[in-house]
Amino acid sequence: MATTMVKENNSGPAQLLGPESAFERTLYPYVTGTSVVALKYKDGILMAADMAASYGSTLRYKSVERMKSIGKHSLLGASGEISDFQEILRYLDELILYDNMWDDGNSLGPKEVHSYLTRVMYNRRNKFNPLWNSLVLGGVKNGQKYLGMVSMIGVNFEDNHVATGFGNHLARPILRDEWHENLSFEDGVKLLEKCMRVLLYRDRLLWFELNSIDSVNGPLV
Amino acid sequence: MGLKAPHSMGTTIIGVTYNGGVVLGADSRTSTGMYIANRASDKITQLTDNVYICRSGSAANSQIVSDHVRYFLHQHTTQLGQPATVKVAANLVRLISYNNKNMLETGLIVGGWDKYEGGKIYAIPLGGTIIEQPFAIGGSGSSYLYGFFDQAWKEKMTKDEAEQLVGKAVSLAMARDGASGGVVRTVIINSDGVIRNFYPGDGLPLWHEELESHNSLLDILNASGPEPMNI
Repeated sequence: MATTMVKENNSGPAQLLGPESAFERTLYPYVTGTSVVALKYKDGILMAADMAASYGSTLRYKSVERMKSIGKHSLLGASGEISDFQEILRYLDELILYDNMWDDGNSLGPKEVHSYLTRVMYNRRNKFNPLWNSLVLGGVKNGQKYLGMVSMIGVNFEDNHVATGFGNHLARPILRDEWHENLSFEDGVKLLEKCMRVLLYRDRLLWFELNSIDSVNGPLV
Repeated sequence: MGLKAPHSMGTTIIGVTYNGGVVLGADSRTSTGMYIANRASDKITQLTDNVYICRSGSAANSQIVSDHVRYFLHQHTTQLGQPATVKVAANLVRLISYNNKNMLETGLIVGGWDKYEGGKIYAIPLGGTIIEQPFAIGGSGSSYLYGFFDQAWKEKMTKDEAEQLVGKAVSLAMARDGASGGVVRTVIINSDGVIRNFYPGDGLPLWHEELESHNSLLDILNASGPEPMNI
């Protein structure tokens, strides 16, 4: 969850920098989304997130889309500060637009988008002005499945199943036990639902309306 | 602890869409600590002929953001040759709020009517998130209204139903929130234009544990009723 990340990472540097510096720095998130969970299955990626955005401990907005499709091949899910997520979507819009303008038959796949996001997140972290998000990027291009994660300090990796926030603690153990190659769509959905149910029980900020999308030939809700 | 608890922003502001437009509502109290600096302030500010903004949080911050947006919208309208859309106005507000998030402490609700989308409400809380909603509440008084709206809100209200809902809600919040009070101001925006309304404190219904107001003790004493102590 965003709070635990703050404890580990930002109280140090922010203090070292001394009083009000001339440049900007995101100090803490205001409107936040909670966990995102995703896994690879036989034909692609399954990703789930709830539709809530919280303001401190108030569940303030209950129909926020925290997953968006990017280009033709990818799906981006985010937890953390929603305004920063909206800004990331704007950057990606521009990226995809420029890619389309080449009109060369090629299109950015999930690996490329993941790489772009990693650079963005890491560079912001270096300027002590992070985008306060944990991002999950998944997709399929030319039959190749890809699932990766980027944190707000630029840590990135690729895996068969990923989760952000509370999901790291509650969902990943389940996924480690029960995930296997060649999960069918139904089994994948059941596994994801199992993870989300545990999060519903134990994560205070989860709202029960789910947004579960898969990415095979194109995202469908 | 990094995650800041919600900022209390002394106000109650509301924006509600109805079948044909929007109704914006707000209280009128501006406080400096425990002192009420202005008890009849107008927190619903005009951005263009068809778009208004409800301001909460720091009075200075919200005013300067509104001024900047009004300036840019004016130029935009001139260049466009027709009224700006609510979406454009809201996104300009978001741009300023987001890019100056470290310096600003203001939560805003943008509402208006345009010919393409009709009545629209956009909430722009602290941090610069933009969320389009059928209704939005903000300010410290809004804490008391989440449950109320969960129950009382319905789609496709008429103009009068919407205005009554807003008036009732602001008055309920004023009853419980020390940082909200004064009068209830509403602004109705639709294809016909803009109507401003004003509901003084004594015109509003009484809620739980509130007492009837009188002009003077003498009125009670002179009335042929029970003795003062036995009210």
